[in-house]
Amino acid sequence: MDNQFILSLITVIFIGGVAGYLGSLMITKRMVLIGGPLGHLALPGAALALLYHFNIFWGALGTIAIGAIIIWLLEIKTKLPMEALTGLVFAAGVALSFLILPVSQAEEALIGDISKISLMDTILAVILGIIVFLIIKKIYSKMILSGISEDLARVEGVNVKKYNLIYLASIALIVALEVKIVGGLLTVAMLVIPASASNNFGRTLSHYSFGALIIGIISAVFGILLFKLIGFSAGPLIILSSSFIFLISLIFKRKQ
Amino acid sequence: MPENLILKVKNLEVELSEEKIIESLSFEVKEREIFTILGPNGAGKTTLFKALLGFITYKGEISWSQKDLKIGYLPERLSRSKFKELPISVREFFKFKESSDEKILRMLKLVGLENPKILEKDPGNLSSGQFQRMLIGWSLIGNPQVLFFDEPTTGIDIGGEETIYSLLHKFWKERNLTILLITHDLNIVYKYSTNVLCLNKKAICSGPSREILTPENLEKLYGTEIKFYKHTH
Repeated sequence: MDNQFILSLITVIFIGGVAGYLGSLMITKRMVLIGGPLGHLALPGAALALLYHFNIFWGALGTIAIGAIIIWLLEIKTKLPMEALTGLVFAAGVALSFLILPVSQAEEALIGDISKISLMDTILAVILGIIVFLIIKKIYSKMILSGISEDLARVEGVNVKKYNLIYLASIALIVALEVKIVGGLLTVAMLVIPASASNNFGRTLSHYSFGALIIGIISAVFGILLFKLIGFSAGPLIILSSSFIFLISLIFKRKQ
Repeated sequence: MPENLILKVKNLEVELSEEKIIESLSFEVKEREIFTILGPNGAGKTTLFKALLGFITYKGEISWSQKDLKIGYLPERLSRSKFKELPISVREFFKFKESSDEKILRMLKLVGLENPKILEKDPGNLSSGQFQRMLIGWSLIGNPQVLFFDEPTTGIDIGGEETIYSLLHKFWKERNLTILLITHDLNIVYKYSTNVLCLNKKAICSGPSREILTPENLEKLYGTEIKFYKHTH
């Protein structure tokens, strides 16, 4: 096994696992679609990074951070439905990237390129992955309660606005890390598919959340192995692996 | 604040989206009252609860007798579908508030959910009556001093409604509880409530239930004649 492959493997294990875990909260928070627009917001950042030769992570994180702040402010300030805010942010992100994205480099920004993972990327993935995991673990039950009812959570002393902000910042970080692996187009899938599959397997919250983490890791490893074997882009292969696990999970779906 | 007063509201004003929802509202709630807020749809009842709970901004004064009062709250229309979206057990739902299984089971038994396997069940799969009992148990666990109940029997049939109110009444009698209640059911108000505030943006009338529930007051409040039969038994 070459070094590049080991770096890729470590990177996807950490990002895939934490993305799955984080995604398990998104289903309950009506925020599934936030991951999509944030990923698309990473596109202009990734395009700038490719143009000016700096790490895609920082470019993506920069534009995502701006987008996340906009969504957070809009959610507080407006009474607009989340879909409207989502549509607005999504469209602006995509439009902006196609203005500045050089066609020759479009593929890397859109669906990622695992072969360009550097030691620095891996270190970032491990450190930020662990930090985000610990933060989400700490706020998990409070976020679930506020997903059931924000009012119930408030009565229990949960500062819903503060936790929503921490949560959005965590999504932004993970999405920015994902861009290198699956590109700006597919980030939402790494967050949502493992969680959706785990929702079908799980009977309790703890099974569900850790199930999403495990499925995230398995899909990522499986995708990378397929990439090594058949040579197609790793990003789409990771997403297809998790989609396959989702299909299997349908057999185990809880009765409603 | 006088000794037995638990809540004092003075000149309360709430504006949402530049529309005045509550205007110059003043009232007081004493300890151990079952204080009902009565009013037509859109009168500002739920908004008043949210202001009292500190969820929304307001003008005027809301003062509680203590800063760290333990509050239990049952919001309006908390739906089972929210629970169906995620794999959560009754135990896990109660763990947000109480860690001991024994205490959770004891509370569930008190609200009439005696099945020992109840802890493993998915709240989304309970019947609507069982679900509402579970929520009432949830709001009561941890010995709250003040309970906010916003139409706690929405979606429950008449028999179930009566059981839930008699259950609440039993808790109220046994514990040192003050209950603030929103309901549309005048019979329930008449039977269980100690004091009533008639609200339609402003206070239309207030006082002890049995004096307040007159046809004249109800017509003033709802803008139409309300037929209400007092049960004197």
